[in-house]
Amino acid sequence: MGDVRLMKGNEVIAEAAIRCGCDGYFGYPITPQSEIMETLMIRRPQEETGMVVLQAESEVAAINMVYGGASCGKKVMTSSSSPGISLKAEGITYLAGAELPALIVNIVRGGPGLGTIQPAQSDYFQAVKGGGHGDYKLIVLAPASVQEMNDFVDLSFKLAFKYLNPAMILSDGVIGQMMEKVELSDFKPRWTAEEIKEISGSWATVGKPADRERNISTSLDLDSAKQEIFNHKLQAKYRAMEENEVRFEKIACDDAEYLFVAYGSSARICQKAVEQAREKGIKVGLLRPITLFPYPTKAIQEMLKDVKGILSVEMSAGQMVEDVRLAVNGKVPVEHFGRYGGIIPTPEEVVEALEQKILGK
Amino acid sequence: MTATTEINKIISKENLVYNKTSVLLDNEMHYCPGCTHGVIHKVIAEVIDEMGIQDKTIGVSPVGCSVLAYNYIDIDWQQAAHGRAPALATATSRLMPEKYVFTYQGDGDLASIGCAEIIHACNRGENIVVFFVNNAIYGMTGGQMAPTTLEGQVTATTPYGRDCKVTGFPMKITEMIAMLPGTRFVTRQSAETPGAVRKLKKAAQKAFENTRENKGLSFIEIVGTCSSGWKLSPVKSNEWMKENMFPYYPLGTLKDE
Repeated sequence: MGDVRLMKGNEVIAEAAIRCGCDGYFGYPITPQSEIMETLMIRRPQEETGMVVLQAESEVAAINMVYGGASCGKKVMTSSSSPGISLKAEGITYLAGAELPALIVNIVRGGPGLGTIQPAQSDYFQAVKGGGHGDYKLIVLAPASVQEMNDFVDLSFKLAFKYLNPAMILSDGVIGQMMEKVELSDFKPRWTAEEIKEISGSWATVGKPADRERNISTSLDLDSAKQEIFNHKLQAKYRAMEENEVRFEKIACDDAEYLFVAYGSSARICQKAVEQAREKGIKVGLLRPITLFPYPTKAIQEMLKDVKGILSVEMSAGQMVEDVRLAVNGKVPVEHFGRYGGIIPTPEEVVEALEQKILGK
Repeated sequence: MTATTEINKIISKENLVYNKTSVLLDNEMHYCPGCTHGVIHKVIAEVIDEMGIQDKTIGVSPVGCSVLAYNYIDIDWQQAAHGRAPALATATSRLMPEKYVFTYQGDGDLASIGCAEIIHACNRGENIVVFFVNNAIYGMTGGQMAPTTLEGQVTATTPYGRDCKVTGFPMKITEMIAMLPGTRFVTRQSAETPGAVRKLKKAAQKAFENTRENKGLSFIEIVGTCSSGWKLSPVKSNEWMKENMFPYYPLGTLKDE
């Protein structure tokens, strides 16, 4: 056993960032995620690893600091919650358009507008379908435990640098605020200038030596023909992610006749709902998407030979259910159950919804 | 003796008194005739060359006419979203403190949409250089009103002249920035005569030297022309600038600590 602690999800994001060799964090306070920056300020990683931590003047400035840092080949990140992510949307699409690796953490709260500070999952569309303008995708990871908050920080950076694409951890106020046992990752040193040259030398703006062309971090190409070719390249990259990076977990699916599909904190609630439903004799399983993009479409399709109906459980008015329906393509009934606006459903409510909407009781 | 050999003799090495710096690329510039950007680009490129910092300099270009500055100066560049260049430069400078980082921004980019970013970068005293090109108009989008547009000035969005009662007043953002304790060197220059260009170059040298000495933020406003936006010839633009811009935006150094 390594370094095991009892920690809040938000605190773990900060600790995992320091430990994975992150070079810079740029943030702006917003509930329910302010502990991320506060933890970093208390930890003073500048003195330990040299990691830069800066409170920006706005979410807009913070994401653009991330753009600047990412352009230098550095591992940089920001975090925020729903209204703040809307403000970052411009910077996020620029990151995607300039093919820059970065980590954005969204500890989702209920909306729309200023909404509430209580947990929700109503930013699924924003994270998975766009949010900013243009045809782009984020790599979206949905942790369902404090342990995954730890694990996904390093994983996000790995995927972001593998595909030169921004990655998002889409969590929510439940996972961010709750305390759980976590085994922290070992410390990894930050990349040296030499390592950055090796890993990202072909594009990073670190100063142009005489022996190479200048590196330019940009998403601009006024020539439409070239812009279309570039878009083809992006789409090929997203297809490669769909091919290689789908992650999901199946719980009690071996003999399942019915299926919950749920991610993040809803998946935790569904785990209990599976137990309660099975006590009633309903053979239900849980498919938990871990990557929301790329989405586990094939994994859902493979379940269709056995299951008779699917309930998509989300703390939203029904967003991910659209991707479930696309995967299922009308072969079995798919319904949505959700509480939203900051209300967290109980396992009992989930079982009841399964009975009413899928079993027709 | 043919004309060619005669020319070659004149431009032979011993007769050479001036050479274009190789840091300024040979790409044909997209700027309109009479535009100040080309001269400013050349000044920056020369200073980078003379200080021997080409391999340590990162430029951040804005949205506006100079969005394509990266096509002209042979260094690594980041192209920022509209107004956000100081945020990019902040992170770049903090993550690579040994580098020379500058932003190059127009009046719409810096004084309007990017007002928050520039004020806060200045207030934090980021160790960067800011080149602020003020031609009192949005050039790239076709000559609309900028925060720095003068009272009564005709633009595409003030077709009857800027009415300050409706649109607010021409913004002296350089004076505002000079008040911030984070800035070390704040100056307003121009580039319409050889003398002005020499002064601008001195200011640019000083600014990059400040970065070298980790002194904090240096801010250089350059009052420039926009012949296309102003709908004047290059010569008339310079006259209009001297008559109208210089009295409201007086040249000189506001702060040098």
